[in-house]
Amino acid sequence: MSVIVRSVEAIGSGALRVIIAIGRGGYLAVDAFRALRRVHFWGPHLLPQMSRIGVESVPIALFIAVFTGIVLALQASYTFTGAVPLYFVGTLVGKTMVLELGPVLTGLALSGRVGANIAAELGTMRVTEQIDALETLAYDPVAYLVVPRVLAGALMFPVVVMLANAVGVLAGWGTALSLLDMSSQEFQKGLQIFFRPWDIQFSMIKSVTFGITVTAVGCSFGYHCRGGAEGVGKAATSAVVVATMILLALDAFWAAVLL
Amino acid sequence: MSIEMVNVHKAFDDQEVLRGFSLTIPDGETVSVIGGSGSGKSVALKHIVGLLKPDEGDVWIDGENVGRLDRESVYQLRRNVGYVFQFAALFDSMTITENVGMGLARIAGLDRKKISARVEECLHMVDLDGYGDRMPSELSGGQRKRVGFARAIATQPKYLLYDEPTTGLDPVTSAVIDALIVRMGDELGVTGVVITHDMKSAFRISDRIAMLYEGRIRFVGTPTELQITEDPVVKGFIEGRPELMESERR
Repeated sequence: MSVIVRSVEAIGSGALRVIIAIGRGGYLAVDAFRALRRVHFWGPHLLPQMSRIGVESVPIALFIAVFTGIVLALQASYTFTGAVPLYFVGTLVGKTMVLELGPVLTGLALSGRVGANIAAELGTMRVTEQIDALETLAYDPVAYLVVPRVLAGALMFPVVVMLANAVGVLAGWGTALSLLDMSSQEFQKGLQIFFRPWDIQFSMIKSVTFGITVTAVGCSFGYHCRGGAEGVGKAATSAVVVATMILLALDAFWAAVLL
Repeated sequence: MSIEMVNVHKAFDDQEVLRGFSLTIPDGETVSVIGGSGSGKSVALKHIVGLLKPDEGDVWIDGENVGRLDRESVYQLRRNVGYVFQFAALFDSMTITENVGMGLARIAGLDRKKISARVEECLHMVDLDGYGDRMPSELSGGQRKRVGFARAIATQPKYLLYDEPTTGLDPVTSAVIDALIVRMGDELGVTGVVITHDMKSAFRISDRIAMLYEGRIRFVGTPTELQITEDPVVKGFIEGRPELMESERR
């Protein structure tokens, strides 16, 4: 009996924590919208954040993209052998990279790198009273800390994703030429045959929402962090887990709505 | 003009920290709030600057009810209040100069030269000349605390709130900080609220001392009145005799 009661209690308190987190995130989002007009707070921090969130994320995004492109080309060739013309390798690499793997793998990698970093940074500021200190110095901490990070995410994720898409396709192309006995013309033909400019727009729309999700979730968990080092650790972990879940749900949502 | 806290109640989850806290701090006075660890002293202080909102009761500064002000008005009010944090709360990604100049940067009409001159003046007051280019991580705990003090006084606020300003400092540095607190009150007419455990410091700097006990103010009086009080709880606390406080609980 007590096991059942404890299980129900655990489920109840878990559900309560989720509701509280959603509520806090919602309040923070409203505050962030309001804080957009306080450009003097967030303006000077936008470029540095774009550099930290975007430019510094390029190496890991490209590393992932290179190997994704290579594997896509090899697996496509393995699947198509004898059944489908080999130039469809170009089609598969291009479409899969731009529509799905470029944005999603980059988003997942950056949810670890960027989301955890933001949550840990803001969490440390919260537990060491630096956010309170900002308040006492008449700074709006949401405008000062949250807005530039979320804006930087929204602006830089698409750039990083586009680079990853391009590098992934190039890596697939190189693989097709060097390992699959394909000519450049064949790969290009496959790449162009089903290409639609909309694919690029779709990829960008997804990556903007991924950028907002990863940075906003990181900010929310960091901003509302409690406790000491343990609290900061929990905030960073939760930011990555929650951002990953939302990101995958968004991926399915955009596919259902826009394709 | 004064700070007035009236019947303030505050709870965190099931824990009721303040249970009808009332205290008035007239203009120009320095009032120390003493009390045991975890008694809610810092919580009370955070209400004054609007970092926490009371569940019940009111906090007044300059005739404004802090808990009912909109965000812009709270920021306006905070320009008149300096806050010295218990662990300094320095921005660890900024230099000492940038830390001290943070509040000044919010004041319209102050150019970089003026800000820089005021920062140097404040660092000189806390005996940290030449430390401006260092990072907080390069300073000792006492030095960080003094930087926190310099940051709080930089904007020349009317009110200064000190959260354990001398805890963890050596006796000489404590005396320097105490002298600064007294100077703020005597020379500049700053109203001060000091949270402290350090009785020596409390007697040195305070016009009045209040004791927080079980969520309410148990005693308010001058340092002399505190020394002669017969209240067993207050006496037990300042003399470090828990048996007196225990007898009251029974």
